[in-house]
Amino acid sequence: MSALPYAVADTAVVARRNLLRIPRQPDLWVSFTIQPVMFVLLFVYVFGGAIQTPGYDDYVDFLMPGIIVQTMSFGGFVTAIGLSDDLRKGLIDRFRSLPMSRSAVLAGRTLADVATNTVAIVVMVVVGLLVGFSFSSSPLEVVAGFGLLLLFGYAFSWIFAFIALNSSSAEGAQALGFMLIFPLTFASSAFVPPESMPSGLEAFANANPFSTVVDATRALFVGAPAGDDVWLGVLWCLGLIAVFATLSVYRYKRTVST
Amino acid sequence: MAQEAAIEVHELRKSFGEVQALCGIDLKAPAGTILGLLGPNGAGKTTAVRILTTLLPPDGGSARVAGLDVVRDAARLRSQIGLAGQYAAVDENLTGSESLEMVGQLYHLGRAPSRERARELLERFELTDAADRLAKTYSGGMRRRLDLAAALVARPPVLFLDEPTTGLDPRSRLQLWETIEARVAAGTTVLLTTQYLDEADRLADRIAVIDHGRVIAEGTPDELKSRVGGERLEVTLEEYDQEPAAIEALAPLADERPVCEHGILVMPLNRSAGGIAEAVRRLDSANVGISDIAVRRPTLDDVFISLTGHAAEEPADEQEAAA
Repeated sequence: MSALPYAVADTAVVARRNLLRIPRQPDLWVSFTIQPVMFVLLFVYVFGGAIQTPGYDDYVDFLMPGIIVQTMSFGGFVTAIGLSDDLRKGLIDRFRSLPMSRSAVLAGRTLADVATNTVAIVVMVVVGLLVGFSFSSSPLEVVAGFGLLLLFGYAFSWIFAFIALNSSSAEGAQALGFMLIFPLTFASSAFVPPESMPSGLEAFANANPFSTVVDATRALFVGAPAGDDVWLGVLWCLGLIAVFATLSVYRYKRTVST
Repeated sequence: MAQEAAIEVHELRKSFGEVQALCGIDLKAPAGTILGLLGPNGAGKTTAVRILTTLLPPDGGSARVAGLDVVRDAARLRSQIGLAGQYAAVDENLTGSESLEMVGQLYHLGRAPSRERARELLERFELTDAADRLAKTYSGGMRRRLDLAAALVARPPVLFLDEPTTGLDPRSRLQLWETIEARVAAGTTVLLTTQYLDEADRLADRIAVIDHGRVIAEGTPDELKSRVGGERLEVTLEEYDQEPAAIEALAPLADERPVCEHGILVMPLNRSAGGIAEAVRRLDSANVGISDIAVRRPTLDDVFISLTGHAAEEPADEQEAAA
């Protein structure tokens, strides 16, 4: 058998293993269910009244696409924690000593994390609808929006896989991840319109791929003017996946777990 | 064609920054034998195992396992080896049978054969009752057995066991030893690292003693033991103040003068001079009371101390250098 069918089969085996583990780690659920819900409540009821969003009658319609994109990026923490754990416990050593595909451990990991991200989206949409959010676009656009969100989450899983492979512990990976995610999410169009920021920060927010994906999701969910955001968002995701999947697999082959 | 050794290592070198973990070691294990790698923490044992199992590239030298080069033929070699780690690498959130099935599938045994093989191994390792329980509920001994079972899934001809019994209770240790011996009887070659001398003594056909990244001695357990001399007589006296009398009584039996410390007298045993019976007679007629007398054969501990100048078991907080 040639290498490709093995790579696919091995990835499926590893993905299945990670899916089996999800219901057995209820403490991990907090990070992709309860935590994002707290963010929604915080922004809708604490900050929301003070944030001006021209063009939106209700802040929640502005907020939900942004906060779901943020939730997708937080999905990367599930990837990082899982990989760090496997490294620390010697499981990566076991995998690397097996005659399996060199990309399957990472590909299986990130693939399984699409499942947790899907759960997170469902939770967020339900909570959003409860606090007054409503879709105002066609069902097809809404579905396309979910697709873009999962693609974005998948890209972040690869980014976090790379972070985890370069960190000495799960805690280290988390700290590094927060340093990356906080500026990217908050200096973007996710929570406030970039026009309200100082000009330097506004320029950063407009160039930030987070904003591109948030604006694209807004276009697909509430019919905001899309421009090129949807296509640019997809391109950003594909680019990030290509770069970080390559880097991560390269790093994996050389990983020494201690 | 002459049969190639299952493990053949020549001038293997590896450094981590400034630290030389392996300074050119040579090892050889014929097929169907156990090679024991004996040494304290930080000696380079784990580094050697990691190189031989393709987890780490060497800096220099060559290593062949099952006839395959660990660098050039790494991909093919991985289907020929099994590895059981220093800490049991078991997935706590999988059940025992899920773990073994997964490993079987990753060895590309196929789904149904993997399931069958998992069932078989769980039975052999007395884990059948725990097969459907998550491994996080397992005891230390059960985890070790599961880890070893995972290494055996594909019936690999060469097995690497990195300190397989560290931290195990005596009963689990003995069980694991018996399992390893059974695999070797079936033709498997084993490279075993250990810091327990009794383990190497019991299991290994040949032992390489490693210290500071060098092989400082190599041979069968008996060869190594004969290096530190023959049998010794050890006498525990009832009264400390009888030490001079005991030394006088036994001196004629030995070529060198007996040494006495804390009421324990030690001397080389010369069987032609009458052995233990003659010693007892002499002590008796000199009115020296004894609470114990025994012939002591040299242990690998003696070998280790005489080779390295320090005992094998050093404080555990000294970690294996950049393991």
